[in-house]
Amino acid sequence: MSKEKFDYFIKGEKGKYEVVIGLEVHAQVLSKSKLFSGSSTKFGADPNKQVSLIDSAFPGMLPVINEECVKQAVRTGLGLNAKINNFSVFDRKNYFYADLPQGYQISQYKNPIVGEGKVLLDMPYGSKIIGIERLHLEQDAGKSIHDMDPSNTYVDLNRSGIALMEIVSKPDLRSPDEVNAYIKKLRSIMRYLGTCDGNMQEGSLRADVNVSVRKEGDKNFGTRCEIKNVNSIKFMQMAIEYEAARQVELIENGKEIVQETRLFDTKKNETRSMRSKEDAHDYRYFPDPDLLPLKLEQQLIDDLKKSLPELPDKKKERFIKEYGLNVYEANVLVSEKDISDYYEEVAKLSDKKLAATWMMGDLFAMLNDRGLDISKSPISAKHFAELVQSIKSGEISGRIAKEVFEIMVESGDNPKKIIESKGMKQQSDPKELEKIINEILSKNKDKVDQYKAGKEKLFGFFVGQVMKLSGGKANPQLTNEILKKLLKG
Amino acid sequence: MSLDKEKIKHVAKLARISVDEAKVESLTKDLNSIFKFIEQLNELNTDKVEPLTSILNQSLRSRKDEISDGKIREKILKNSPKENEEFFVVPKVVE
Repeated sequence: MSKEKFDYFIKGEKGKYEVVIGLEVHAQVLSKSKLFSGSSTKFGADPNKQVSLIDSAFPGMLPVINEECVKQAVRTGLGLNAKINNFSVFDRKNYFYADLPQGYQISQYKNPIVGEGKVLLDMPYGSKIIGIERLHLEQDAGKSIHDMDPSNTYVDLNRSGIALMEIVSKPDLRSPDEVNAYIKKLRSIMRYLGTCDGNMQEGSLRADVNVSVRKEGDKNFGTRCEIKNVNSIKFMQMAIEYEAARQVELIENGKEIVQETRLFDTKKNETRSMRSKEDAHDYRYFPDPDLLPLKLEQQLIDDLKKSLPELPDKKKERFIKEYGLNVYEANVLVSEKDISDYYEEVAKLSDKKLAATWMMGDLFAMLNDRGLDISKSPISAKHFAELVQSIKSGEISGRIAKEVFEIMVESGDNPKKIIESKGMKQQSDPKELEKIINEILSKNKDKVDQYKAGKEKLFGFFVGQVMKLSGGKANPQLTNEILKKLLKG
Repeated sequence: MSLDKEKIKHVAKLARISVDEAKVESLTKDLNSIFKFIEQLNELNTDKVEPLTSILNQSLRSRKDEISDGKIREKILKNSPKENEEFFVVPKVVE
């Protein structure tokens, strides 16, 4: 890997500033029912159809915790190499908002279910470890819809009470690129574990972004601002760039940065203060009297640990060792479990390196064009492996392989059949090729003379003629060799 | 710990309780005497005592991950301040 140097600084008139970023990622837990009630968590239902008396906070209702949500949080914690706490407590976080019928969110404050962990990032300037501060379980809020009526807000409580994991990073991130890599890594780990689908469009993964700046080399952190609820990586990056520049400008003009909650306006591409949240940090947490402390048996944690799938970091190492891939290829091919499964199936049946190249080139481009996941690929792993083998053995050239590939996408046929029926086999018989080449040379005597007189650029012309006459099937390497030999004679 | 009038107003605002300006004075007095009473607990040395979150020495009961509730929209929406067949309707709240 080329060792580029880390270089993300905001340049002010009085020097360079380093940007310090910490993320609070909210990841919706994959479970059938909600954290404390039996309502469905399915996305996209009719409004308020998946709401129980608990989710809408009717008086006298008692929350009962969903054991699967607890297990999902533990699995995620283990996937983040984090300490699992055998003892954790649910607290009430008090604030008023129309989509929070209880008037408080059940969350975990002093004793979260998961403690410190770490996440590994592969950056162009080397690998970097991002510390995890904690992971805790909490309830999601409902959804407010402001654009259905000029004077009213409409509230849908389907999301109210769905389990969220809040994953808090240490302030270890230093650039929008690192934020991008971090979110993708978290998402990948959780998708491997099956604990969160990571779907940012549907809001299953959102983040609050804490940003501060400091002079390069400074040891102390600057005053930070929190940008609430950003729901795409691109917006996170834009918000960070804007916010860091804003803070640097304040410092350079001798003004003070006020610690506050800000909102990213995606239309204007700017952050602005959320005045309504002035008192927001006065949450008056206290242990929820409806819920006893959550005690986890070590046996349960151990069992969950044993049942974890191979995670991306381990798989990457293995791909490099077992299949001879480079770090970049391995990273791309382990990013999603479905992709790595497909690759392994192909690699078992064909050339491992060539399979990686063709997957990351033509296959990914085709899936991308069609907006398909690899699980929906029109070409099965087995057929793809046969195609790779046909290239490897010299049966078809790379150029013909692209044609075969297109036909495979349309017809779903296996490549052998396509190559046979369309007569696409590469012309690798030296005698046959010699015949074709001699024919071309005798037809173009003038050009042969020019070539022999030193106009070597004409070599390409001869190759082109061979390809044309053979219908693109001439083996390129063999063609080169024979041409050179015959032109000398 | 003692509370001043500003603190009383702040707490009232957080709890969305409207407090008459005329009442703030007496409320401050009342609350302060309640705090004074509670503060007697500080005389006890609790250095080596874990905070008590529950008097029951039990762990949280859990349930299986099954869909067993919901689909009662009519019942739920009876409490909406304004009538609508699908949504709760509340006065506009916008950032």
